[in-house]
Amino acid sequence: MRGVLSTANQNHEWQQLPPELREAVEKSFSAQETPLVWLELDLDAQLRYAPGLLVLTAGKLWEATADKAEPERTVSRQAVQVRSWPVLPGMKLHAEEYGGAGRLLLLDASGLVQEWRFTSGRLLAARRLAARFKQLAQGKSDSESAAQEPPQVCPSCGSILAAEQLSCPECSTIRAKPAVHSLYRLIDFARPQKWVVLLGFLLMVGSTTAGLITPYLTKPLLDNVLIPAYEHPEAADFSQVWWYLSGMAGAALLAWFLSWARTYVLAWVSERIAMDLRNRTYEHLQSLSLEFFGGKRTGDLISRVSTDTDRICYFLSVNLLDFANDVIMLLLIAGILFTLDPLLTAATLLPLPIIAALVHRVRSRLRRGFALGTRTWGEMTSVLADAIPGIRVVKAFAQERREIERFRAANQRVFQANCRVNAWWAFFEATVVVLTEAGVLVVWAFGAWRVFHLDITVGGLYLFTTYISRFYGRLDSMSRMVAAMQRAGASAQRIFAILDRVPSVVEPHKPVPLVRVKGEVEFRNVGFHYGNRLVLHDINLHVRPGEMIGLVGPSGAGKTTLVNLVCRFYDVSEGAILVDGVDIRSYSIAEYRRNIGIVLQDPFLFYGTIAENIAYGRPDASRSEIIAAARAARAHEFILQLPDAYDSLVGERGQLLSGGERQRISIARALLIDPRILILDEAMSSVDTETEREIQLAVENLVQGRTTIAIAHRLSTLRRADRLVVLDQGRIVEIGPHEELLRRGGAYARLYHAQLETAQQKKKVLV
Amino acid sequence: MNTISEKSAFFLSRNGWGRLVLTWPDGRSVEGVVPIRAFPISAPDGFLSLCDGDGHELLFFESLDELAPQARSLIEEELARREFLPIVLRIVRVQADTDPAHWRVITDRGPTEFFMEDSDNDVRRLGTNSILLIDSQGTRYLIPDVRRLDTVSRRILDRYL
Repeated sequence: MRGVLSTANQNHEWQQLPPELREAVEKSFSAQETPLVWLELDLDAQLRYAPGLLVLTAGKLWEATADKAEPERTVSRQAVQVRSWPVLPGMKLHAEEYGGAGRLLLLDASGLVQEWRFTSGRLLAARRLAARFKQLAQGKSDSESAAQEPPQVCPSCGSILAAEQLSCPECSTIRAKPAVHSLYRLIDFARPQKWVVLLGFLLMVGSTTAGLITPYLTKPLLDNVLIPAYEHPEAADFSQVWWYLSGMAGAALLAWFLSWARTYVLAWVSERIAMDLRNRTYEHLQSLSLEFFGGKRTGDLISRVSTDTDRICYFLSVNLLDFANDVIMLLLIAGILFTLDPLLTAATLLPLPIIAALVHRVRSRLRRGFALGTRTWGEMTSVLADAIPGIRVVKAFAQERREIERFRAANQRVFQANCRVNAWWAFFEATVVVLTEAGVLVVWAFGAWRVFHLDITVGGLYLFTTYISRFYGRLDSMSRMVAAMQRAGASAQRIFAILDRVPSVVEPHKPVPLVRVKGEVEFRNVGFHYGNRLVLHDINLHVRPGEMIGLVGPSGAGKTTLVNLVCRFYDVSEGAILVDGVDIRSYSIAEYRRNIGIVLQDPFLFYGTIAENIAYGRPDASRSEIIAAARAARAHEFILQLPDAYDSLVGERGQLLSGGERQRISIARALLIDPRILILDEAMSSVDTETEREIQLAVENLVQGRTTIAIAHRLSTLRRADRLVVLDQGRIVEIGPHEELLRRGGAYARLYHAQLETAQQKKKVLV
Repeated sequence: MNTISEKSAFFLSRNGWGRLVLTWPDGRSVEGVVPIRAFPISAPDGFLSLCDGDGHELLFFESLDELAPQARSLIEEELARREFLPIVLRIVRVQADTDPAHWRVITDRGPTEFFMEDSDNDVRRLGTNSILLIDSQGTRYLIPDVRRLDTVSRRILDRYL
């Protein structure tokens, strides 16, 4: 290979490219040429799948394509075609989404030079290539452009990437899920309790053994005492009966105690595992970014954390316990039976392979059935979680019937799914019972024959039938285990599906220490896409410490997205946001967010007292601090009028309070943490003018000395803003103070006049 | 905020209608002053606000010790007269197989009985050890510290916590 690539990682990535294409390009390079950025193409001009490679060097754009699309993925050496275009000033490379795939256009002053197509997954790489091309075309040297570009941070794991690296070596390999059944993964959760598990296991062996002593004593009782006594009543000695009876009673007592201890110990372990599982799942849920919650339904998530873990707990404490018990019992009984009479044992075990075959057949069907059952259950909870918080909307539009129908339909699906699977395991269980009966029948038939031929005593036969009926009874209950295991497995899968989600907003490996930021915020070439939809692009903005920025623009312009990026609810797709000159992805998330206060349009109050809600961000705040914050937020006086003042309880959505009151409490909440950066997301919409004045005063207290980014529909609320930023379709179209923008007569002026007009019209209507 | 001198300079009295009157040093006065505890449950002995009849705050004290003895006794008298929040000393019996539950309790204001409609919601935990009971008429009963109740009462409460 000629030339040297800038980093080892990049070198590694270059080597990962299809060798035929790569080598063909390398052969064409001049002595000093090295690849800077590249894009692996996967479509040809007719949008058929075909491999290709685009490579940008300091002076040229190289293309290597397979001559024709071949059915096999391998590209034969002869078929590769290499072309190149010099990078000249005035040339442009433009990447965009086009018709469900991506395209890259090479343009010069006269028009289109070349077009390449690729699938959407490569759009990010294509944009990078285009950006680098632009720098080269403008004649910036390599080192210059590298210095200009902010360090790229891997969006999924947060480690800093080398200048032109496309994917992060830390996390680019998609980790394949271990193929083991989800239930085996529960072992991880049992490991901390291994000694208790061991104790439970020993107790189980002990109690099972003790339980088998009682029937074992019946054989000598029959053969040595009762039958001789029946045949020779005169020589009978009754004291021996007492002896055997007390032995049986003692064994039963021991079995009682041991099984009590066993059940308690193992139930404790399973409760403990379920608790750890719930904690871990919830903890993990909290670490996931908003992106995850956006795509999931609340009811389904709640049912995963509560119902599914409960099912697993039940499985562990009841089903698995019984099962382990049964297995031990079966082994012990089989052992005893073989020592008694191997031939008879072999005969009675005849139905076993049939049962095993049946289990094998039914298992996958049951698993699918139970998975469907839990899924429909999750859907049903989702309907509830949807409709109950939205009950006012439901009633206002008189849609109770429809909601009932929706619930019914979901409930019907639960019913159907469960019925289908019930049919299967009912059949399965009944079949096992029949086979069990058959087993016992075999014992009686074969045993009777053996007794007649004096190969076995009556006591022996009795013992045999007692044990064998237990044996098959156990088998019967074991068959239920198949269903239980599949049900728990389906639940475990749903839980691990959450636990396996990697948070897309990630803690950096080595966070930059941060106590209190100054509040300088800089957006550098920030872009963001949801999937492949571009929401924000080329955002460049520098906010000075203490400055108030008003974000305006039509809805859907990307205002809230921009603010979410500052809060790190999502991470940028391109470019970087810098606070105090450091990429925010390099700070520890919690430390960084401690510097941010946010007031939302619909302030959420948690179940608790007013004081607790104000102190939500700083639970250690003193009462005086809480009161001071409430005063500044102009909430103090109305709080005093509540039945218990600051100790008043507010419900889930703070039903007791009006919208404006809740808003002021959320302002107090933001004030109390004394943030350097403040986000106001439509904090003043949907309140009346009187309340708005109060809130305006509260906000003015809040804004003082803090870097503020405020979104408002009503432009009048942004009067205090130092600069206004007008967004449209994900781009900044205007920046400047209110008067200047008005004078300019652009987008802002149009928005402002339109609002003024509607306000005046409203006034006329009112008059 | 009021300065200390301001705080100590006002004068509080009760007029012929039994209403509290606050008189500022300059002679202006406010009638119908209402003392309000900011934290009636978690910190009843501090954080007192004096408001006028419209709910606007006149004065605020972090501790009752900041008050002159005469004003303090007037305020305490007024608070005792205004606030009805019986403190539960003992729970005698709760019949609660189905809601509404029937409670018989002994409070600092004497024995009483009441119905509770939604036991799951109306036995509320406040902080770590205090509990608020709300009856079907909205009257509230406070248990300031569960640990100080007798065993029988605690066992009854355990059903709800």
